[in-house]
Amino acid sequence: MLAYLHVTPSWYLGLAAILFALGAVGVMVRRNPLIMFMCVELMLNAVNLTFVTLSRALGDIGGQTVVFFVLVVAAAEVVVGLGIVVALLRRKPGANADDVAMLKG
Amino acid sequence: MMENFVFLAAALMVLGGAVGVIVRTHPVHCALSMVLTLFGIAVLFLAMDAQFLAAVQIIVYAGAIVVLFLFVIMLMGVDKAESLAIEPLAGQRPVAIGLGVGTLVVVLAAFFVHGGKVRGVQLTGISASGGAAVGGEGNIKALALSLFSDHVFAFEATSILLVVAVLATVMLARRPPKQINLEGLE
Repeated sequence: MLAYLHVTPSWYLGLAAILFALGAVGVMVRRNPLIMFMCVELMLNAVNLTFVTLSRALGDIGGQTVVFFVLVVAAAEVVVGLGIVVALLRRKPGANADDVAMLKG
Repeated sequence: MMENFVFLAAALMVLGGAVGVIVRTHPVHCALSMVLTLFGIAVLFLAMDAQFLAAVQIIVYAGAIVVLFLFVIMLMGVDKAESLAIEPLAGQRPVAIGLGVGTLVVVLAAFFVHGGKVRGVQLTGISASGGAAVGGEGNIKALALSLFSDHVFAFEATSILLVVAVLATVMLARRPPKQINLEGLE
């Protein structure tokens, strides 16, 4: 059966939607700040997949350019976010999402 | 035919890794599950003729970002399994899963609201061509032309962003210098 189907862009879009929803569930369910960060990365990857799919389907290279910038911003975001998490865990080992309220000072 | 199997294998990697990130209790296992997802995405990029982005995905994400996560997990000593059996906030999980399904429905509806048609290109159905590779044989040249002509200011701005991020992280993670006790020297 699989051999007769043709992979269309909508398959990629559906996969990206499922990945985005899984990442969103992870952010809402998990309470470890590190794992919440990982789930945000999953959501970013789902959006990247959408950009590349539509870039190919529409014949427009702009989508891939955007993915390049998303990668750079995601790297910067992870660096700063993990810096905050390290500062948090150093003050309070085993911190969870509620303890980020310490940022208020 | 070949594309079907590539898509199926990569999709299984992506979804299996994503579920692994959510359900595994050990942070190291979560990070390794995320590597699985990121590799699956890279395979999908390759299948869509985005070779440069596939390479960057593996180098930046699977290479740098996951290693950064693992460093934090190992160095801060949080590499022990947490219990998922207790639910600190009553009713959090059912609500989260409900909201997740809602997100999925909304995103799918946004994709297919015009019958799967975007800018006059049919994305669904058997007859969709799937589009040709942009810029012919490997699209690194087309990507570079777009990046260094149309988006050159944004490209320069990202370099400033990276420098600022590095400085901010050094400031955040630095331990305050210890006060030197001069009185003890007398």
